[in-house]
Amino acid sequence: MAELKLADYKTTVHNDWCPGCGDFGILNAIQMALSEMQIPRHKAVIFSGIGCSGKTPHFINVSGIHTLHGRVLPFAQGAKIANPDLEIIAVGGDGDGLGIGAGHFVGAGRKNVDIPYLIFNNAVYGLTKGQASPTLRLGEKTKSLVTPNTSNSVNPIALALVSGFTFIARSYSYDVKHLKDTIKRAITHKGLAFVDVLQPCPTYDDIHTREWYQGINKQETGKSMPRIYKIEETGYDGTIKDESEINEKMTKILEFSSEWGDRIPIGIFYQNELIPSYHERIAENNKEYFAKPPSHQEISDNENKPIAKIDKILDKLQIKD
Amino acid sequence: MTGVNSISWLIGGPQGSGVDSAANIFAKTCAKEGFHIFGKREFYSNIKGEHSYFTIRISDKPVNSHLEEINVLVSFDAETVFRHADKVSAGGMIIYDSSLAETVLEEVPTIDFEASNRIRKLLQDSGQSMNLNGMLEFAKSRGCMVYGLPYFEMLETIAQKMNDPKLSKISRVVNVMAISASISLLGIKKNMLINSIQEVFGSKPKLLASNIEAAEYAYSYIGTKYDTKNIKYKMTPKDALKDYLLLSGSQAAAIGKIVAGCRFQTYYPITPASDESEFLESNQIIDQVDGKSGSIVVVQTEDEIAAITMAIGASLTGVRTATATSGPGFSLMAEALGWAGMNEVPLVVTMYQRAGPSTGLPTRHEQSDLLFAINAGHGEFPKIVLASGDIEESFYDAIKAFNFAEIFQLPVIHLLDKAISSSIQTCKRFSNDLKIERGEFKNTIGRNQSEGAAGHFQRFKLDDSPISTRVPIGTENAIFWNTGDEHTEEGHISEDPENRNKMMDKRMKKLDLALEKINQDDMAICHDFDSDGKNVVVSWGSTKGAILEALEKLSEEGNKMKFVQIRLLHPFPTETVKKFLKDAKLVIDVEMNYTSQLGSLVQQNTGREIDYKIVKYNGRPMSTTELYIALKAILSGNNERRIVLDGGT
Ligand SMILES: Cc1ncc(C[n+]2csc(CCOP(=O)(O)OP(=O)(O)O)c2C)c(N)n1
Ligand code: SF4
Ligand SMILES: [Mg+2]
Repeated sequence: MAELKLADYKTTVHNDWCPGCGDFGILNAIQMALSEMQIPRHKAVIFSGIGCSGKTPHFINVSGIHTLHGRVLPFAQGAKIANPDLEIIAVGGDGDGLGIGAGHFVGAGRKNVDIPYLIFNNAVYGLTKGQASPTLRLGEKTKSLVTPNTSNSVNPIALALVSGFTFIARSYSYDVKHLKDTIKRAITHKGLAFVDVLQPCPTYDDIHTREWYQGINKQETGKSMPRIYKIEETGYDGTIKDESEINEKMTKILEFSSEWGDRIPIGIFYQNELIPSYHERIAENNKEYFAKPPSHQEISDNENKPIAKIDKILDKLQIKD
Repeated sequence: MTGVNSISWLIGGPQGSGVDSAANIFAKTCAKEGFHIFGKREFYSNIKGEHSYFTIRISDKPVNSHLEEINVLVSFDAETVFRHADKVSAGGMIIYDSSLAETVLEEVPTIDFEASNRIRKLLQDSGQSMNLNGMLEFAKSRGCMVYGLPYFEMLETIAQKMNDPKLSKISRVVNVMAISASISLLGIKKNMLINSIQEVFGSKPKLLASNIEAAEYAYSYIGTKYDTKNIKYKMTPKDALKDYLLLSGSQAAAIGKIVAGCRFQTYYPITPASDESEFLESNQIIDQVDGKSGSIVVVQTEDEIAAITMAIGASLTGVRTATATSGPGFSLMAEALGWAGMNEVPLVVTMYQRAGPSTGLPTRHEQSDLLFAINAGHGEFPKIVLASGDIEESFYDAIKAFNFAEIFQLPVIHLLDKAISSSIQTCKRFSNDLKIERGEFKNTIGRNQSEGAAGHFQRFKLDDSPISTRVPIGTENAIFWNTGDEHTEEGHISEDPENRNKMMDKRMKKLDLALEKINQDDMAICHDFDSDGKNVVVSWGSTKGAILEALEKLSEEGNKMKFVQIRLLHPFPTETVKKFLKDAKLVIDVEMNYTSQLGSLVQQNTGREIDYKIVKYNGRPMSTTELYIALKAILSGNNERRIVLDGGT
């Protein structure tokens, strides 16, 4: 097969995101990851929720399923459970995944279906004009808010950890290389992978801007002091190689997850492939699951007659004299 | 005395005390004797202690409904007698625990205030004492026979016989003693009972032994203690039922799904829908005619929104997919239903109605979600709503539901209800000589068949037919998009007004196509007792059994009527229904809801006024008895246009 180029993963659909939106970086990183991994275009399917972020699949030249507000995870899990051969990627906004869809976020963590899930974390509801999202901190007042935020924020990394996600990472939409590498790791991870992508929304979030993340306004020493740092560069490795490491790692991850403000960690906090995926759990009771998942099953013969034989079931219910 | 050929039998007891399993053993026993069975289960939303009961009709003809009257009342607690003894017919029999005779009405904590007041009044009015004895005396005064069993002493004897002094261990067999006594009184052979017990407890030797011992002992106890010669209700054995099943509606629907090729089902637990999913999970490995095996994946989700959206996601991969729920869960599914309609995704939602609104009467019966099912979801999109009338239809309709979903590429709501799902019935063994029709579904697409740009596939192609070729996501040469936004042929967002009209037309035309293609019998059936019957009953769903039987009785008395059972509720089969109602003198709408929902549909679509409405919404299924009385009142010139039935305990 001819090599697929980055351009092959781009559609010609007009992109209507605001100029300078962090979503562009995320889109590029996904396309780069797909192309570097040479994932056949028909095999990959991008599922998304509703929001500015929800439009992502239309710009990527693989099949795309733009679902409902908050429901991207169950849609994507259904497809992946029914056909584990597909390379499914789920994306959505922070309101989508941590507000209206928070129940599914927790539910998905418990199942550990083998999909990567990217949250475009911009602290606002972009598409509905900038209301507070679940990641906006208490007391912060972004451009569209009438009064400072009266709700506290959710901690996505900690929530993912306690919900059972087996891969937890954070990246930044303007560090496309770091993001692309993180996405590739999330795709190859066996199990449910969460990537919290810090995504400035230049239109509605006038606090967490590109300049803010770069620390340009934080010039005590005369030069800017980036708030973001890479945990790998501190020597941290989030991979669990043995169950005995889990407790210690969890404590460390919770520490990372509460860092914010002057120092914001990005990188892979956690990867644990010792926990069986949902698919493996199904296969325990259904030995042929991987060879014949729901989507691969034949259900009728060439005369369109049902192929299922229900005699044994009926015999049990039959009246015997 | 000669035997009777039909009786109504009831067993009651605290929830969790084995009422269901006893009723099942009784039903099996009678079915083995060649009788047809219809069994109805009633229970509280409670796990242990509240009163539950199971009514079983046995008859030499097929039966599909219950009666108000009871001929045999089987009990091992006081509450069952208090609650049901007044319904026992003259000549009917009551089996009770003789050690409870002095139990005072007020001392039974699970009899709620309202019921207690009703019973107290009845005892007062008939001059009886306020205890179980009073209730029995009242029954006797109406011609009932009562049979006291000293269960505790009987258990002691059984324990001694079995050399097992631990009474507590075998106390669970009281239910079997109770049914065994009734079987003895009815003159049914003991070996059928023993066979049934063996079928039920075969894999648990200890339980099997104590249950058989109990059954044997109670059976002969009746014979030695009571003179059974003059019993009115003696059953004459029939020829064995050949190739008959005894099963519940949820089992029938589940088996239908297996035959239909449903290989992915999601659910969030809810009464009375979860039984179906649990049955599917217990049968997840599926035998195939080619000797290989298949399987169904059943997923319990975090809520009903996840249940339906996960099902839709699975359906996109090409698998036949369903979710099963009840009213509260269905309410949560409405938004996603629209997404499936918008993206032309085949999906079956099996909707087991129960009494609403809100939590309503969570374990009780109602048919109040008809208009909701038809109108669920915002905006306009095509869907099919199909309702089964009984357990057997539930099986065949489950298969049709998947065919319709794939042929027309839309969500299909298969309406069932609590009365169907948790009743049991004898049905002719199901045939799987049926067709799987997948419409325009394809598994592969040739390189040049994709007409969109760059290997894109036009999933929503606009041409003469509203049905486009459908392929699973992941198909080579067929990249496409889905979105809940209005979209282009490839599935990209489009707000163009011209495209909007074309896409709306494409989707909505499926409703016309459905009316063109669906068989008349799947739209509506005119149960035509006599072609010159001028009065017509219209109804849908599980009222079918009571209606058919009430009409048969009326017909025997010379009052011939027709029954139009509407099976396809949406799109509404206007022409067929009009045809059936053309010469009707009176149209009588019968439904288990407050507002006569089908009545409004009939009126709105056919222009034919409904002359009489018979409704019921107290949570208890309609009995043949009460329906017969209501119809009779109408025929004899009753001028009440709306009759509310209130039968049931
Ligand atoms: C059920 C439902 N409620 C509300 C909306 C309106 N809505 C559209 S997008 C959105 C919020 C999007 O915010 P987020 O998920 O953070 O995505 P972003 O636009 O920031 O990428 C809302 C509330 C909707 N589409 N569906
Ligand atoms: S509103 Fe914000 S998130 Fe949405 S496109 Fe504009 S900049 Fe991006
Ligand atoms: Mg957002």
